[in-house]
Amino acid sequence: MQWDIVIGLEIHVQLATKTKIFSGSSTAFGAEPNTQANAVDLAMPGTLPVPNEQAFRYAVMFGLATNAEIGRRSVFERKNYFYPDLPKGYQTTQLAQPIVGPGHVDIDLSDGSTKRVRIHHAHLEEDAGKSLHEDYHGMSGIDLNRAGTPLIEVVTEPDMNSAEEAVAFAKKLHSLVTSLGICDGDMSQGSMRFDVNISLKPKGSDTLGTRTETKNLNSFRFMEQAIAHEVERQMDILEDGGEIIQETRLYNGDRDESRSMRSKEEANDYRYFPCPDLLPVEIDDSFIEEARARLPELPDARRARFKEQYGLNDYDAGILSADAKLAGFFEETVEHGKDAKLASNWVQGEFSARLNAEEKSVAEAPITGAQLGALVTRIADNTLSSSGAKKVFEALWTGENDNVDAIIEAKGLKQVSDTDALEAMVDEVLAGMPDQVAQFQGEEDPKKRKKMLGGFMGPLMKASKGQGNPKLFNEILLRKLGG
Amino acid sequence: MHNKSVAELSKELESGKISSVELTQQFLDRLKSEDGKYNSFITISEEQALAEAKAADAMRAAGKATAWTGVPFAHKDIFCTNGVRTTCGSKMLENFVPPYDATVTANFKAAGAVCLGKTNMDEFAMGSSNESSFFGAVTNPWGDKRVPGGSSGGSAAAVAARLVPAATGTDTGGSIRQPAALCGITGLKPTYGRVSRYGMIAFASSLDQGGPMTRTAEDAALMMNVMAGFDPKDSTCIDREVPDYTATLNEPLKGLKIGLPKEYFSEQLSPAMEEQVRNAVREYEKLGATVKEVSLPNAKLAIAAYYVIAPAEASANLSRFDGARYGYRCDNPKDLMDMYTRTRAEGFGNEVKRRILVGSYALSAGYFDAYYLKAQKVRRLIQQDFINAFKEVDVMMSPVSPSPAFVQGEKTTDPVTMYLEDVFTIAINLAGIPAISVPAGFVDGLPVGLQIIGDYFSEARLLNAAHQFQQVTDWHQREPQ
Amino acid sequence: MSISREDIEKVAVLARIKVDDEQVSALEKDLGNILDLVDQLSAADTEAVEPMAHPLDAVQRLRADEVTETNQREAFQAIAPATEDGLYLVPKVIE
Repeated sequence: MQWDIVIGLEIHVQLATKTKIFSGSSTAFGAEPNTQANAVDLAMPGTLPVPNEQAFRYAVMFGLATNAEIGRRSVFERKNYFYPDLPKGYQTTQLAQPIVGPGHVDIDLSDGSTKRVRIHHAHLEEDAGKSLHEDYHGMSGIDLNRAGTPLIEVVTEPDMNSAEEAVAFAKKLHSLVTSLGICDGDMSQGSMRFDVNISLKPKGSDTLGTRTETKNLNSFRFMEQAIAHEVERQMDILEDGGEIIQETRLYNGDRDESRSMRSKEEANDYRYFPCPDLLPVEIDDSFIEEARARLPELPDARRARFKEQYGLNDYDAGILSADAKLAGFFEETVEHGKDAKLASNWVQGEFSARLNAEEKSVAEAPITGAQLGALVTRIADNTLSSSGAKKVFEALWTGENDNVDAIIEAKGLKQVSDTDALEAMVDEVLAGMPDQVAQFQGEEDPKKRKKMLGGFMGPLMKASKGQGNPKLFNEILLRKLGG
Repeated sequence: MHNKSVAELSKELESGKISSVELTQQFLDRLKSEDGKYNSFITISEEQALAEAKAADAMRAAGKATAWTGVPFAHKDIFCTNGVRTTCGSKMLENFVPPYDATVTANFKAAGAVCLGKTNMDEFAMGSSNESSFFGAVTNPWGDKRVPGGSSGGSAAAVAARLVPAATGTDTGGSIRQPAALCGITGLKPTYGRVSRYGMIAFASSLDQGGPMTRTAEDAALMMNVMAGFDPKDSTCIDREVPDYTATLNEPLKGLKIGLPKEYFSEQLSPAMEEQVRNAVREYEKLGATVKEVSLPNAKLAIAAYYVIAPAEASANLSRFDGARYGYRCDNPKDLMDMYTRTRAEGFGNEVKRRILVGSYALSAGYFDAYYLKAQKVRRLIQQDFINAFKEVDVMMSPVSPSPAFVQGEKTTDPVTMYLEDVFTIAINLAGIPAISVPAGFVDGLPVGLQIIGDYFSEARLLNAAHQFQQVTDWHQREPQ
Repeated sequence: MSISREDIEKVAVLARIKVDDEQVSALEKDLGNILDLVDQLSAADTEAVEPMAHPLDAVQRLRADEVTETNQREAFQAIAPATEDGLYLVPKVIE
């Protein structure tokens, strides 16, 4: 039987505010356990929440960037359940009246088509703390530094029909929130976490099947694997005539396994009701307009501008515009490197490869766009050969020296472009290789001639100690050999 | 000294006839020797009190004294006090010493007041007789084996017994006014949002409000001058100018329009009680007020609405008492579920557990609309009744409780019997308006209270009305033997 | 309205309060009486009445995003039932 895959996503986006959603505690990542958990965060008796304006501003910016309705009146509710990482015994969240109403995001697919994914709503809520499962005499340790960190939970309609679409949406959302500057986008630190709702239905059927929810996926790769895994699991069950149980599942990316979390879901009845410690939040026109004025250039607009301003093709513009930090790095490189195409190649090539290899983010890169730009300038003006450029890049990256020209000087990487000197070298080399010269001159096939020409380059580069400009050598050779 | 009011003690201190340290020591000595009879205090914080008294004397010497500087008082044990045990009348917090102050606590400290300790109360403020306290029942100074009312029963008994001239209380459904009435003192529940709830351990967030419990209306005004005001730490606290509540105490009452809600003079009220209340109203007529009957047609639904809303909010507010971060934890929990369920079964008393269960039930799937949502709608009807009535009158007057102080144990067998004790007070909390309880006579030797109900933020008018009444009556000066 | 033993047991699990059989019997009576009292609500005509969550028709104030809290872990953990390495200890959490 053929199946249609139906996917909806719930994405938790940690907002990059300085303080928590309901208290003045810092949200900085990596502090010692419980040093950023104050009386409110610990749910000490008598303490009360006061909401953070910036969390609302960021949520409104998200709404504006996703073409959504802004909730003019939003209400916090209490979602009641007991868990050690939830100090109050309820999570303060929004349900019936969220801050962001229906909106949409367009995603690009590999076949060149565009698809619109509808967002049902996005609401503000507080994050929970962390349970550390290392063994403390058979007990668990609780760190509440994260408790109260503001989140927006983005809930999509079930508009995606493949892992590719879901991942494309997730990446687009990542690109959007990082461009907006409302989330640091650091997935390894849990800044974005995905829950995937998946169901299958017979191809063409209008009736949705029973769905499962796979929780807490924190990388695009795991998300893709988890979807593939869950689709296969459901397909196996359905094709054996079985039924899908509506449940929450936990996916283990390292083992490509999933299991039911029914234990946690058992008898859950969250007893939502409006939080009596908080009043309705009213967002007026001026708040929205002020948020709109803060909107930076968004990825789609940036992509169009990169094509227009730098003459990049759609593919290059797409890659360089998606991530705000990478886009910024690229633009700094162009500013100091003039040649946009060359800058694009280096940012996507050597620079990105190196970041990936060292698992670094753009912000953690040891070189600046200005340095890479200076490097690009020296490639463009023929001072550096490509192998010389790689050596300069290496020296910049390792911090050996921070000045491109100084590195070229110190390492003697400057290409010789003095035509007279190069011509003399060519004469000398050709004089020493009479047989090859004769062979070349007797050859008719252009392909073979080209290959034979390459045979002279090695000795020439050696003669020039690697500093001869290959392009010029090539021109001189052809002239001398009568090619 | 122990018979003097806050205003009088303030003058004594100002004149230099006595220092705060001396005054505090006198009150502490009396408190320690007398409270055995009443059990009105859970904690006497002698050391801190003397330190505060010393600081108060220094404050006065530096010329920075306020009306409260050096004056002893007590906090209901629901207000968090930095470094002093705060139990909320519960085993759950038997050893809880908060490292922070409630805003009300901080306000009294800033004024230089001297806190002698923490008064007894119904557990988590759930009760009308002070019998649900983990630290034992409180005895009403007016009658052996009589309850002082609740939940602020310890504060009421301590003020009535002259152990302190004033104490803080909190009122969610009548918890200031009813014990004030039963102990023959003055107690004001301010408008919701007038006094910060930060650091005041929550029972029902949309109903709770702190307020003064004193012998005189003038002292209540002095307390309000310290307690009322905006607090950025409480989202439900209102940013509105605070008047000097003592400034208008002497305004004449001529022309004051008094409404008597007919639903509050019903068969629930004994004829003897009714007579005292009507006598008090007649005093107001003598002072130039006019009286007419008004109606609060939905008032009869107040108890029903309250016993959905208050337990629902409480069920969530009390979830934080889970044994994980502070407070009681059961011995040797075998797993997480066992820690939660035994900690809460052992740490909470029966009334608290009942209310958590009722509240959880009312919010649970399938019952939310019929109970919680319905109660919220009825709450609006009740509020609308008051808004309509205040179009016709300036204040309303009624009894506070259906009967005077009852005998301990009399109403503990069926929780509903106890709930009916608040039949005249509860609607005021639902509406969020202020009301004051003023001593207005005796029935069988037990005090009777008059409730004066005002429109939103009319505390100054209520204190003025109470003060004028206290200029022509002496019920509030009567001392229990 | 009465409440069944099953409902009481269910709600006791939700509220994380251990109840034994004897307590369930007492609660059946007490909660039944409370719910009878509460059932007066059903008589009220609340057609077209807006639910009221707060006494005052006020709007939420928002706080500026500025760090106002400092580390007070020591003071808070001094009153905790069990801590180690700055963590609160609880019986093993199983996901």
